[in-house]
Amino acid sequence: MIIKGKVWKFKDNIDTDVIIPARYLNTSDPKELALHCMEDYDSEFAKKMDQGDIVVAGRNFGCGSSREHAPIALKAAGVSCIIAQSFARIFFRNAINIGLPIFESEKVADQCSEGDLLKIDTVKGTINNLTKDKVYKTNLLPEFIQKIISVGGLKEYVKEEVRRREVDV
Amino acid sequence: MAKTIVEKILSSHTGTDNFEIGDIIKARVDFAFANDITAPIAIKYFKESGARQVFDKKRIGLIPDHFAPNKDIKSAEQCKLLKEFAREYEIENYFEIGKMGVEHALLPEKGLVLPGDVVVGADSHTDTSGALGTFAIGVGSTDLAAIMVLGEVWLKVPPTIKFIYSGKLDKWVSGKDLILYTISQIGVDGANYKVMEFSGETIKGLSMDNRFTMCNMAIEAGAKTGIIEPDELTLEYLKGRAQRPYQTYNSDPDAHYEKIIEIDVSKIEPQVAFPHLPENAKPISEVGNVKIDQSIIGSCTNGRIEDLRIAAQILKGQQIHPEVRLIVIPATQDVYLQALREGLIDIFISSGAAVSTPTCGPCLGGYMGILAKGERAISTTNRNFVGRMGHPESEVYLASPALAAASAILGRIASPEEVK
Repeated sequence: MIIKGKVWKFKDNIDTDVIIPARYLNTSDPKELALHCMEDYDSEFAKKMDQGDIVVAGRNFGCGSSREHAPIALKAAGVSCIIAQSFARIFFRNAINIGLPIFESEKVADQCSEGDLLKIDTVKGTINNLTKDKVYKTNLLPEFIQKIISVGGLKEYVKEEVRRREVDV
Repeated sequence: MAKTIVEKILSSHTGTDNFEIGDIIKARVDFAFANDITAPIAIKYFKESGARQVFDKKRIGLIPDHFAPNKDIKSAEQCKLLKEFAREYEIENYFEIGKMGVEHALLPEKGLVLPGDVVVGADSHTDTSGALGTFAIGVGSTDLAAIMVLGEVWLKVPPTIKFIYSGKLDKWVSGKDLILYTISQIGVDGANYKVMEFSGETIKGLSMDNRFTMCNMAIEAGAKTGIIEPDELTLEYLKGRAQRPYQTYNSDPDAHYEKIIEIDVSKIEPQVAFPHLPENAKPISEVGNVKIDQSIIGSCTNGRIEDLRIAAQILKGQQIHPEVRLIVIPATQDVYLQALREGLIDIFISSGAAVSTPTCGPCLGGYMGILAKGERAISTTNRNFVGRMGHPESEVYLASPALAAASAILGRIASPEEVK
């Protein structure tokens, strides 16, 4: 998969309360959540960003609560991918499970600027900063996680398992 | 080969010793649960999976606690989904208002999560049960849906950091202060993807309620979970509660740890974590004059009976500062009833506090104590992120029940020593 978009930069320790404040958690409708994505950090974010844009952040992105509403809000707002120096573990799992591509990279987060155009090749594992003309290698995901992604997320994986187990029975 | 408690639990749930740190394994799950925020998405995905039944009707918990008792129509719709799902799939552990509590206080209290278990909850503070010697991890809704279907979870085998606490605790220093201090030492991602194993003579001397508080906040250092080896106190706690047989595990003395951190607690003062990260803890002597508008005593972190006892001890015969709201929220109905029987509720109300039915409510800015722009709260909860308890320009200071009670009397962040 090729992902192309411009960068929105965020600092370290962006928590899930900032990504989607709990006052909006009385719904799980992605469209409604998307309207309030990052609202307490930048109240205009959801309006300013374009479909396919990329979030680039520092350390510990997605720390705090386990709310899957956080990656759902980002994805529904149109964020195509997140690159951070590191992710909090529950957010990492949730993003993979809902099929939102995420990558860890110290260098990309350090060296890119807001508005840079990035092109990511998820198969080759490369991140290309087209504005700065630089290419970076990304981490490759463990085999089992790649399998989850290849079947279309954990939901699809479970459906396959249910079918397989019913055949076994 | 020597193993940590977590490695032993994972071995017993995968049927193999053949894994290393960093490997991805599939582990059998003993108990899985969700709340009114996380369950609706899990229920939707469960239904889409094609599964005809849940993996085990006795081993799933559904607890409406976050925005329950229902705070508005949308929340009511979410809670209704839980109730209907529980009925349709005959899930035994659905807790209706009047019988419920904040999930992480309720499940250990009811003996549904036990030593040696693998417990997975769709809530980050699932780590609380680690105080029983349980491997308890928080996940999101899709993960929980998968577990409700398959009864197993995929995991990356985590490394463990061992914390050894020694020395005698000062008078007003509690488990809350120890964990806030620890997080301030290693940072909010200091244990990311790792297990925090709390040990040492000080931990041996801590009550169960204080142990729950410590494990509860391991996630605030990014940890996969916190855990404490079960001992006689743990077994005593479980007497008459445990709903099924269980197996206790201990770490081998020569088990491998990624790091061992020793902490002398005798020099630790009561701690206050300043906005907007739990790692910003300062000793009370360095806090200065911080005026408050609200004090919250409650939550999965500090809403247990001992927390209420210590608050009542300080509030007895006192009046809340005229410019402060004190809201006390017992974490479960049993805690509430016990507090009532001990006369603690009388003390709270006589001092001018409001006492609420169990709910997560204000902790995550849901309801029942939301902050206005510019307002400041001291709170026994677990997070002080931007906007966590209300307006994005409000502030939350995290502390123990003792400090929250003393501060409510004095109108500023204060030590119980200052209460006359």
